This record gives sequence, structure tokens and C-alpha cells, in this order.
Amino acid sequence: MSRFRVPGMGRVDHEAPVKFRFDGVHYAGLAGDTVASALLSHGVHLMGRSFKYHRPRGPVSAGSDEPNALIGTRRSRARAEPNTRATMQEIYSGLRTVSQNKYPSLKFDVGAVNDAAYMLFSAGFYYKTFMWPRSFWDRVYEPVIRAAAGLGVAPDREDPDHYAGRYLHTDVLVVGAGPAGLAAARAAAEAGQRVVLVDEQAEAGGSLLSEPSVRIGGKPAWDWLAAELAALERLGVRVLPRTTAIGYYHQNFVALCQRLTDHLADPDPALPRERMWRVRAGQVVLAQGALEKPLVFDGNDRPGVMLAGAAQTYLNRFGVRVGDRVAVVTVHDSAWFAAFDLADAGSKVAAIVDLRPEVSENLRDGAKARGITVLTGHTVTGTSGRLRVTSVRVNRLKDGGGLGAPRQIDCDALLMCGGWTPSLHLFSHTKGSLRWDADGRTFLPDRTLEDCRIAGAGRGLWGIADALADGAAMGAAAAQAQPGTVPAVENDRTGGGIAMAELPTDRNASRARAFVDYQNDVTAKDLRLAVKEGMRSIEHVKRYTTNGMATDQGKMSNINGLMIAADALGKAPPQVGLTTFRPPYTPTTFGVFAGYHRGGHFEVTRKTPIDGWAEAQGAVFEPVGHWRRARYFPRGREGMDAAVARECAAVRNGVGLFDASTLGKIEVAGPDAVEFMNRVYTNPWTKLQPGRCRYGLLLGDDGFIRDDGVIGRLADDRFHVTTTTGGAARVLNMMEDYLQTEWPDLDVWLTSTTEHWAVLALNGPMTRDVLAPLVGGLDISAGAFPHMSVAACTVAGVPARLFRVSFTGEVGFEINVPARHGLAVWETLMDAGADHGITPYGTETMHVLRAEKGYIIVGQDTDGTVTPHDAGLGWAIGKAKPDFIGKRGLERPDLVAPGRKQLVGLLTEDRSRLEEGAQIVLDPKQPKPMKMVGHVTSSYASAAVGRPIAMALVEGGHDRMGETVYVPMPDRVIAAKITDTQFHDPAGDRLKL
Amino acid sequence: MLLIHCPCCDETLPEMEFAYAGEAHVARPADPSAVSDAEWEAFLFIRTNVKGPHFERWRHIHGCGRFFNAVRDTVSDRFLTTYPAGAPRPDLTTLMGDDA
Repeated sequence: MSRFRVPGMGRVDHEAPVKFRFDGVHYAGLAGDTVASALLSHGVHLMGRSFKYHRPRGPVSAGSDEPNALIGTRRSRARAEPNTRATMQEIYSGLRTVSQNKYPSLKFDVGAVNDAAYMLFSAGFYYKTFMWPRSFWDRVYEPVIRAAAGLGVAPDREDPDHYAGRYLHTDVLVVGAGPAGLAAARAAAEAGQRVVLVDEQAEAGGSLLSEPSVRIGGKPAWDWLAAELAALERLGVRVLPRTTAIGYYHQNFVALCQRLTDHLADPDPALPRERMWRVRAGQVVLAQGALEKPLVFDGNDRPGVMLAGAAQTYLNRFGVRVGDRVAVVTVHDSAWFAAFDLADAGSKVAAIVDLRPEVSENLRDGAKARGITVLTGHTVTGTSGRLRVTSVRVNRLKDGGGLGAPRQIDCDALLMCGGWTPSLHLFSHTKGSLRWDADGRTFLPDRTLEDCRIAGAGRGLWGIADALADGAAMGAAAAQAQPGTVPAVENDRTGGGIAMAELPTDRNASRARAFVDYQNDVTAKDLRLAVKEGMRSIEHVKRYTTNGMATDQGKMSNINGLMIAADALGKAPPQVGLTTFRPPYTPTTFGVFAGYHRGGHFEVTRKTPIDGWAEAQGAVFEPVGHWRRARYFPRGREGMDAAVARECAAVRNGVGLFDASTLGKIEVAGPDAVEFMNRVYTNPWTKLQPGRCRYGLLLGDDGFIRDDGVIGRLADDRFHVTTTTGGAARVLNMMEDYLQTEWPDLDVWLTSTTEHWAVLALNGPMTRDVLAPLVGGLDISAGAFPHMSVAACTVAGVPARLFRVSFTGEVGFEINVPARHGLAVWETLMDAGADHGITPYGTETMHVLRAEKGYIIVGQDTDGTVTPHDAGLGWAIGKAKPDFIGKRGLERPDLVAPGRKQLVGLLTEDRSRLEEGAQIVLDPKQPKPMKMVGHVTSSYASAAVGRPIAMALVEGGHDRMGETVYVPMPDRVIAAKITDTQFHDPAGDRLKL
Repeated sequence: MLLIHCPCCDETLPEMEFAYAGEAHVARPADPSAVSDAEWEAFLFIRTNVKGPHFERWRHIHGCGRFFNAVRDTVSDRFLTTYPAGAPRPDLTTLMGDDA
């Protein structure tokens, strides 16, 4: 039996010891313990060091609001989690835990020098301190801050666990399984509703777990609880423990994170670690209760100082006394009951210090009966002790202000209670408004647009009887039923209290270490300093001091911070207002958000029919939009440059085969198809004959290039439109938008055919030698089937749409066959071309070949601010057309102004290859910052041209032909001559062969 | 995740099926060449950015594919109504009831 465990008390199993480790030391707890309760049972309060000052810290709470006792848990190198709350982590056999933020050890930590230097680390410390010299930022400040920043150590291996997700629809969702939530679930279920009841704790019961002396319906509280849970099961209520409602979104959409294995010694590997439930509820009942507030006084963070309610929970739920000699400081009745319970369990209660001048008779009687010293009208002005509180400094509050002489009271634990804050985080997620309750000095829920009710302590009700009655009423209301009878409650320990900013002191307040936000080490002094330095909005005070910005999201600190800031501002708290509550309610793993969407399922990978063949050939792939495309096909140990040079030569001198299946394809059909095309694309389409193709340019109505592609007219009323690989969905959406909303009178159908067709592009002077024998029903000779033709035929016996087009400058055919035949036709072509040295080539070679011809890639050589004229594509505009998308935009003053960036070619004087994205200047000797006149958009080594080539957008570039511009690089300046963009075969003779 | 009523399918479905498409009732001038630079700028770029009921366009992109209009309160994120593209602007007073 560990020293502080009370035999027979609590809901832990005293017959079931569980061994675990903390900082390498073996401890034995009991089944049902948390790490915090198990360590406390051995008298261990010191569980961590604070974030900024490295002050020793122990648990201050017994729940998910814990700011101090953050530990690392570890099953293996990969299965490790930092910043786990020791107050929430259940122990299991073999659990390994470590304290955080300490070096070399928890008890002796060198970082604690920060604490001695606390005057330096005041509010806005980072903003004030690391300002100068500028050069120190990269080399000194940032590395040091980064090394010191953060809590805990993240695992360095990929998370081997898996995470699940489920959707759930229910009539009523009840959040919180305390007395109010239990009653609400029962009332709704009895009215025939489907009900889900969730609670973040390991078991349902809420405050009943800490209040076993209450009798409900004539039964002890825990017997009533067991019977009630059995009744809920009979009624078909789905009860989910270890499940936190992390976010409340509009239209009663609630995200629940259910923890499935973190409490198990040997979890079934098939089990997900956590599951995200996405719940759509007809009605929501929030029964989350209230959170106890700390009091703000010097030394309120010493291990052993904790919330009175937490001490009551450790005793009644876990059978653990938090100390042998306990002092209490409070402004609320509830702390008295915690003191009474501890006294009854064998701890000495040294004193109850209450700031209120008077308390009720029954509290005084209760203290007297237990021989407890009562100091009403007193305050606490400090604590002592290095790694654990050893004494508390108490002063009398004089009538009319001022403090009496201090006295020292020895203790090994100090329980505090600053009153209770309704837990309204979820309510606020969906913009539920709050109102200030001047009597209770707290915020209460006001209005919400959701179908949502708050029951019990969440709306300021106190005591188990009230919570049960309110829960039953709210549950019935959610079910549109009449509330039933509520069981009688005996021994309900109700009470009230007042609220305080920081406690008064007789010492220099500017030296007080009175913490408001424990986790971020924010003191009352920091908050007052922030106001003094000009922060007026609570949102600014929060960010300047980081109050409430730690992983506990201000569950304990928000209201205390507000009270102090309001006092400093001389305003009432409601005039200052609260900061915004945002999801998630408690820290949530990335894994459960990602769920199934990880690895290969993170996003879709689109593959062409040729993908498997390319992979078997050892192709190197690159992502293009969601597609993966073969970038090049290395032979042997070839690197990319060598492979691309070989592939380029094959296309220029023989024949190459390219998988162009990813091209976007849209079929535009209908009686008004040609009119639609005239309005959408810049080019004129009316006179394009069926069987002919044209390069199409698509603008936005702002006049900028959006997309391009070759478009074939299949019939009077049918076009085969191709788009860029990445632009396909965008272009179809844009076409649908104009068709549906601007021109609904046009009779046109738009169909995406991207994945219907496999597109095999044969290019090179020997193309026809390979292809002609395989084509049926069509003469593809140069005379019969000239450049920019399209026709139906068969290729290798498969029905095909054959385009004679080229993105390489060589004779080219794009063979469109139904996707299911794509691979077979590809392999037939490879066989047929073997004697001609047919060479498969990838996107990198395609890029080089097109750049040699000056063909642009939308999105690489354009960036959403480039007009057709800028890109040298003014010839593609049908000037006689009355309108097309972008026609009016092209006349905008800025688009016709001189000095626009225009697409040009660049040839470097030293024949070096430029970097894409490099900036261009006219005069390299000008002082910095230099005037940048453009940038390199495309740059490649080119065997055909015999030197590297580049394209660039340069201000007034079309008028600078032959001029020299400069590209400053870190090590040198490269001079380059502006040229035309057509580097290879500018007359286009090779296209016509 | 919002629930959105598609006026074409006449079903209320999760937001995932829909794509937002900007402010509604911004009609492209019938003869763009006839409008001034200022009018064209207003058509292209100027939006109301209201706090409160906002007329906006959505597309049921993973459903029927139709564009439609909606009135959504940008403060509460509540849809007041949805209606087919091309239908007239609904009357806000009727929609908002007492809140107008």
C-alpha cells in the first residue's frame, strides 16, 4: 500500500496493482488510476518544469484542464507522445512516462536560471529583446529560441498507429455524462429519441465520481450511477467514454475524438488508436459542467498547490490523499467540503483561509467538529518550499483595507478555490453568445442559433439536485416531451462564493510570482504590464502576454486573466469581453484528423493506362496536378540530363513516343457549339472546317491567359477540346459557369472525356514510317492529312481519333484511343517502331522540345497576369468577333499600357544555363535594391540549338530584341541576349514534312 | 460542415458536395464593348463583402453540376434560402422575418 492511498476508498481496484515507470523509476498504482493519481499516492507532486521559467510544477487539477503535469508517454520509439496530461493518462502495466522541460533532471534543472532572471522575461519579452542587431537574428536568437522553445519531444519515427473515422446521425447528442448529462440522456431516450452520450473521462459519472456521499433516489451515488447506466443501456443509448467533443460546428455538427487504445497495456493491433466521430445531431445538450478557477497569489504554482476540487477528486475517486498536512485558501464554499473529506480520511487540515469575512454556519460547524482552524477574512500572500510547498504565508484582511501581520502555516499541500467557470467552449464554437452574470461574476450562456441547450453547472446551476433536475428538463425539451419526475437527492453539498482578481498582498506586488496561466508562465504582473504598455483589447493582451495560448487554451486562466485586465483597464469585465474560443477543446492528435487519409490515401494519384508499362521500364515520375507522369526513362545508370538529351535526339532525328493521356479533354457538342466556342475561346471558329484543328486560347474576363490547347472540329456541331493537364477541371467549370448562368439560351452539351481517351503522341521525322502501316481507313500522307488535321480511323485495329498536331516541332500525331485499349496500342507502336529505334520519352523531354520551339506552358511561362499579346500570341485573337471572354478585359487601361512584361527568349553569353525563377535586371552595377524587370520562366540545355535556351518575362521585352540583360546570381552576374522565343526551325518547315 | 439545399435536386446535402462560386447577381454586361472602364472594373472586381445576408453562388459540383444562388448570413453562417440561377433576388425582409 502506497503511503497516501486510503484503503477501501475510491473507484480504483485495490486488489489490482499496476506497475509503470516515471523518469525511469518504477511505481505501482492501481487499476483505475491516472498517472497523476498513482504518483500522488506515493507522495510525488513534482511532475514537470514550466515552459519559460522552468519552475517545478505538480498537478493543479485532476482533469483535462491540467496546465502543469504534462508528461511524455512511450510504448516504443515511434509510439511516443509529448505533452500528455498526467491527469488524463490512465496507467497500464508497462507504461513508460517521462517528465519534460528539464535538464539534467527534474529535481535539478539548469534552465531554472530563467526563473531567477524572471524580471527579464516579462510580457512582450520576445518583441522587446530580440530586436537588434539584425545580424544576430539568424545566427544567435533564432537557433537559441528554437532549441529552448516547445514542450516535450516529438517522436522521430512515423506514427505506426492507425486512426479511424465514422459518421453518425442521431436525434440527441449529450456532451458530458455527469448528473445533468445522465438525466438529459435518460429523459430524451425515454421519449423515444436516439441518444448518444459522450464523456472525456474513462467512465461516466462526472462530479458524482468525486461526490460518493450523496444519495440519489435513496441509493448511494455510485449505486444510483450504476443503475442509471444500466437503464441507459436498456434504452439503447450509445454511451461513449474516453470521448471528447472537440469541436461544435454549425447545424449541430459535432466532432468527437474517441481514444481507444491509449489506456491498454497490450492493445489489439487491429484496433485504431483513436476514432473521429463526425456527428450530425438533431438536438445537442451540453452538460459539460464547470471548471474550478485557481486563486492568483505569490507562489500559487508550487508543487502541492492545487485546486480544492482536484484534491477532492483524488481522494474520493482514486483514494489518494494529496498531503498529510493540508491548508486551504478559498473564496467559495466548495473548498470547505474538500477539506472536510480530507480530514475525515486522515489528513490534518492545518487551516481554512477564506477571504470572505463571513461563511455559513454549517461550514463553521463542520470545521469545528473536525478541529480545523478557520481564518475567515484572511488571505494568502505567499508560499515557501523548493520542490514542494512547505508553508503558506497568511495575513488578515483589515477592515477598510490593508493587511495585518503575516503568519506562517506549515503544510505539504495547499488547496485553493477561486470559484467555478461554466465550461462554454463548445457553446462558443458556433457563435453562441455569452452574458455576464454580475452576481456570480462569470459568463453564462445567452443565445445560440443552433438547436442546443445547456444543462446544469454549464449555465451556472450548482449542486447535484439542480443538475439532475435541469438535465431531465433539457433532455425532455430536446425530445419535445414533458419532463418526468426527478429522484430526491440527500447530502447535496451546495454553496456559493465570490470572485477575485489577484489576491491582495502586503509585499511588493511587482515581485510577486502570482501565476494566471501556469502553462505559459504568465503572471498577474505581466497582464498589468501589458495594459500599461498600451494593450487595450483583451485579444491584444492575450497575444502580448500569451495568456490562454497554451495547449490548455486558458481553461483555468481565461476568467482570472479577464478580471485582472479589466481591473487594470478600469472597466467592467463584460466591457472587456472574452477572447474567442476555438476548436479543438483539448489537444487532438494529427492522426485522428487525418484518419484514413495518409500515405497513398492522402490524396488521389491519377494514373494513365500507360503508367504500369512506364513503371516496369524504370521511368522516373513527377506529379502534375493529381497525375503522376513519367518524367524520363533512364537507361542503365543514366541521369536525367543524359536521358533527356538521348530522348530529345530520338525525337528530332527518328521517332519518339509520349504518353499524353493526361491532357484535359472536353467534348463540346450541340446546335450552338460553334457559337459557344466563339464566345469562350479567343480564336474564330466559324470557318474552321470539320476535320481541321486550331490552337485555342482561353482568357478570363480580365484578359489574362487561363488555358490553351489544340481543338479539333469533328463535325459542324461537335468540337474535341484539349486543355492543359492541370487546367482540365477548371476549364470545364468555367465553361459550365458561362453556359449555365450567362448564356443559358445556348443549346450546348459539355462532357469531360479526359479519362475516356488514352493519348499516344508519336513525334519525329520517322513517325509516319511507324504509324502508317497500323492505320486503317485513313490516308495519313502529308498531302492527304496535313498538319492540324483530325479524323476517325483505326490504329492497330482499334477505333481512334487521330490528330496530326505537334508540341515538338516535328511531324506529330496524337492517337486517341479508348483508354482500355491504350496500353495495347502503345505496345503495338513500340513493337512496330523497334526497327526505327522508337524511344519512349517523358515530360522533361517534352518540355525541352516545346521550349526549343517557343511553345508556352500556361502556368510556367504565364502566371495569371499575362495577356495574349504579352505572350506573343496576339495572332490567336479573333479580332472580328463581337465578343469573347476577355475581349473587353484586353482593353483595360493597364493591359494596353506600355512597359508590360513580355515573353522573350534568352541566350546567355557564357553559354551557362539560367535558373528558372531567376530575376533579371538591365544594369548590374546599379545600387541595391536593384530594379528587377522580369524573371526567367523556362530554361533548358538544348542539343538542337547547341547551347542552353531560356524564356523570360521582361518589361517591354518585345522591343528589346538583341539587347543584353543581366541575371544576378549569388556568385556572379550572367549576361544574356534577348531573342525571339522560337529557337529551333523558326519557319516550321519540319512540321510540314 | 454546412448542410446546403440544392434547389435543382431539391435535397439538403453536405457542403462537401458543393463548391462556392462567389457573389451572385453580378451579371456580365450583354455588350461588354459598350461599357466604360469603370463599369467593367466594377463587374470584374468590386464585390459587396457584406456582414450579414449575402447573395452568393454555389455549384453542386459533385451532384447535379448546376450553379445556383443562395442567401447566407455571413455572421451566423446560416443559409436563409437557395434558389435557381437566373431567378430574381429574393426579398430579404421576408427571409429574415423579425431579424431584418
